[in-house]
Amino acid sequence: MLPELGHFALILAMLLAALQGFFGIAGPALGRDRWTAAVTPAVAGQFVMLATSVACLIASFVDNDFSVLYIAENSNSALPLFYRVTAMWGAHEGSLLLWIFLLGCWTVAVAIGVSKLPRRFAARVLGVLGVVSFGFLLFMLATSNPFLRLDPPAPDGRDLNPILQDPALAIHPPILYTGYVGFAVAFAFACAAMLEGRMDQMWARWTRPWTTAAWAFLSVGIALGSWWAYYELGWGGYWFWDPVENASFMPWLVGTALIHSLAVTDKRGLFKSWTLLLSILAFSLSLLGTFLVRSGVLVSVHSFAADPTKGIFILVFLCVMIGGALTLYAWRAPLLKSQAGFDLGARESFLLFNNILLVIAAATVLGGTLAPLISDSLNLGTLSVGTPYFNPTFMLSMLPLTALLSVGIHANWKRGRLSDSTRTILITLTIAVTTAVILVYGVYSNGKVLSPVAATLGVWIIISSLIDPIDRMRRKLSLPRSVVGMAVAHVGLGMFVLSVTTVESFTLERDVALGVGQQTTVGNYEFRFQGVEAIEGANYNGVEGTVVVTRHGFPISVVHPQKRQYWVQRQVTTEASIEMHHGSNVFVALGDDLGAGKWSVRFQIRPLVNFLWLGAFIMALGGAIAATDKRYRMAKEVTAPVAAPGGVTAG
Amino acid sequence: MNRFLIPLGAFVLLAIVLAVGLKHSPEKGIIASPLIGKPAPAFTTTLLNDTNAKFDSGQFKGRWTLFNVWGTWCFECRNEHQALLDIAKRKEVRVVGLDWKDEDPTATQWLQDLGNPFDVIATDHDGRIAVDWGVYGAPETFLINPQGVIVHKYVGALTMEAWEREFLPRINAKS
Repeated sequence: MLPELGHFALILAMLLAALQGFFGIAGPALGRDRWTAAVTPAVAGQFVMLATSVACLIASFVDNDFSVLYIAENSNSALPLFYRVTAMWGAHEGSLLLWIFLLGCWTVAVAIGVSKLPRRFAARVLGVLGVVSFGFLLFMLATSNPFLRLDPPAPDGRDLNPILQDPALAIHPPILYTGYVGFAVAFAFACAAMLEGRMDQMWARWTRPWTTAAWAFLSVGIALGSWWAYYELGWGGYWFWDPVENASFMPWLVGTALIHSLAVTDKRGLFKSWTLLLSILAFSLSLLGTFLVRSGVLVSVHSFAADPTKGIFILVFLCVMIGGALTLYAWRAPLLKSQAGFDLGARESFLLFNNILLVIAAATVLGGTLAPLISDSLNLGTLSVGTPYFNPTFMLSMLPLTALLSVGIHANWKRGRLSDSTRTILITLTIAVTTAVILVYGVYSNGKVLSPVAATLGVWIIISSLIDPIDRMRRKLSLPRSVVGMAVAHVGLGMFVLSVTTVESFTLERDVALGVGQQTTVGNYEFRFQGVEAIEGANYNGVEGTVVVTRHGFPISVVHPQKRQYWVQRQVTTEASIEMHHGSNVFVALGDDLGAGKWSVRFQIRPLVNFLWLGAFIMALGGAIAATDKRYRMAKEVTAPVAAPGGVTAG
Repeated sequence: MNRFLIPLGAFVLLAIVLAVGLKHSPEKGIIASPLIGKPAPAFTTTLLNDTNAKFDSGQFKGRWTLFNVWGTWCFECRNEHQALLDIAKRKEVRVVGLDWKDEDPTATQWLQDLGNPFDVIATDHDGRIAVDWGVYGAPETFLINPQGVIVHKYVGALTMEAWEREFLPRINAKS
């Protein structure tokens, strides 16, 4: 009964989304106030239906209802309760439902947030979100219904993909999707502003907290995914430039550009058309990511659903949404004129370069991701680009970006001259170079050519970001959340840059065949292999090795890397053991049984690698602080009484 | 010329690339097996309900063989069963089953209920053979030529359309 209820709720949600889209766009366009007023109830109704649907699916999972095809394919009666719940988004159909549900949550939050904005504008924002939701619900009901029954019911389920049975990966999709979907809000604001013909500074200010919040979620989501790959996939890497990873990274890069360009539009009324375009692009790349992952166009280690018919549907949807928004843009953007100018040394210039470099970075990632497709459609054979392409091209735009950050952060708006902050720049740079040299040649050694440069840039960002808040505190000036948030996020970026540098430069790695009692040395650490024992978990069995770790003979730890084989899918997973010591991660993963009591074991010493994820979380924290600045709440109250201006109205 | 049309133009180009990519993709959606073109991985195992009789992978030689990996716990296998029965009836190939991670009595009962399409049923109680064959999840079906070389691998429930589209042309071309 529950699956049918959930299915029915989905159909109702789709109808309500259609109403929300229609009333939200047609109401203000035709000046029908009753239609406009119907939007908010439609939002509420849709949300209730989506929540019902999600609850039904989760309840059916908990219930082990294997008469539902999706549950039979992705769960098992031996699966622990926690994973039976998270298995809901373990594959295509359920993760799509989660996507739509999160869009519903954002829409409700927006509906509450925009209640103080001009009514027609608010209705348009919600209307655009309704169209997005309708498209996805139609897609789901037509091609990917999670509630389909299986007749006769399966005696037991095929189990959740074992590599997804992990706490970090269980919470990774909801957070990542919250970020993805959040860009729909910026997109909706941009579309509403263009429909309204009111593309002034106000829409940028209204959009900023939403975009920053979405960006923060996306940052955490990506970091969690990378962290999971690091300890679960068993080879100790943290980023693979895999199509699925790129799919989430491209919106992040453009989203980063967008939050910076929104700042310029908000504060100075500049870059208006550019900001509109970025708002469209950030969400378009989220949709494109969905297309790439779900259509089977690109084969990836992460994609578990691949189906060309779904691809056609998403492509059509992509054309309607993105094509529609870009057409609107081509029509409206020429009306925009920026009056104010700015000096070359002003903050605006630096943010312009920031935007250009970030968009170039996103374009290189897009190019690399689509290269196999493009070469295939031109009949040049199957070409695949990997790390040798991505790493250098990405660095080419990121190194100048990080340097510009440390210089530009001191610049003033409008009238800025570099000479004003020369002293600060030189002092911070000197400290950064000294620290980097000590780090690269003193603490570690044998770096690559770029190591001291990149380490300098990382340290430089951290110091430069702290100058302004410290200066404000010393002069007893107010310290608004936006300033604190910005400093925190940039410190996070600095930590990230520093970590990538040390990890890429100083990682030690060895794969060794060890028998019981044998020992090997990696860097300053010695590892003694004590053999393996059989283990059994709730739904898997496997082996657990014991390795004694010492440093120059002093005992540090005893670690237990595992290899598990899950019963139902017979899949083998590697549970590496990771110990942090002196800032480095000591990584031990069990490889293959070589027979005669010998095992291949992988050892890695990765210095400062935890700074990578910590840096990403701190960036997100900065975003969260900035998004809750008082300024945005004030702004809404001030503009509330302003009626929608005549201007250009659509229709 | 309106420079604000450039993004739209770029998007149209991208959409064309995606559409072409989509047209080419059906082949890519299949999990390619590194075993294709290689001799069938060797194994010797007992037959279903007969622990004395053995099946050896050397027996693949001499005839076209459809090697189907299944289990009673696998519901997709139930979906493909009719197709297997139909293929068996046409006698164009020998159909060898590998009863994967299963109990002999349940498997026997299953075949009594649904009919038995298999000429020979080998068993893989502990799942070792399936690992050597790179089986990702049942059902999976391999086409093996008279030289004992794997020619094709099919993942998921077999259908008559798949049989005519992917298997028959390969048999007719090479025999």
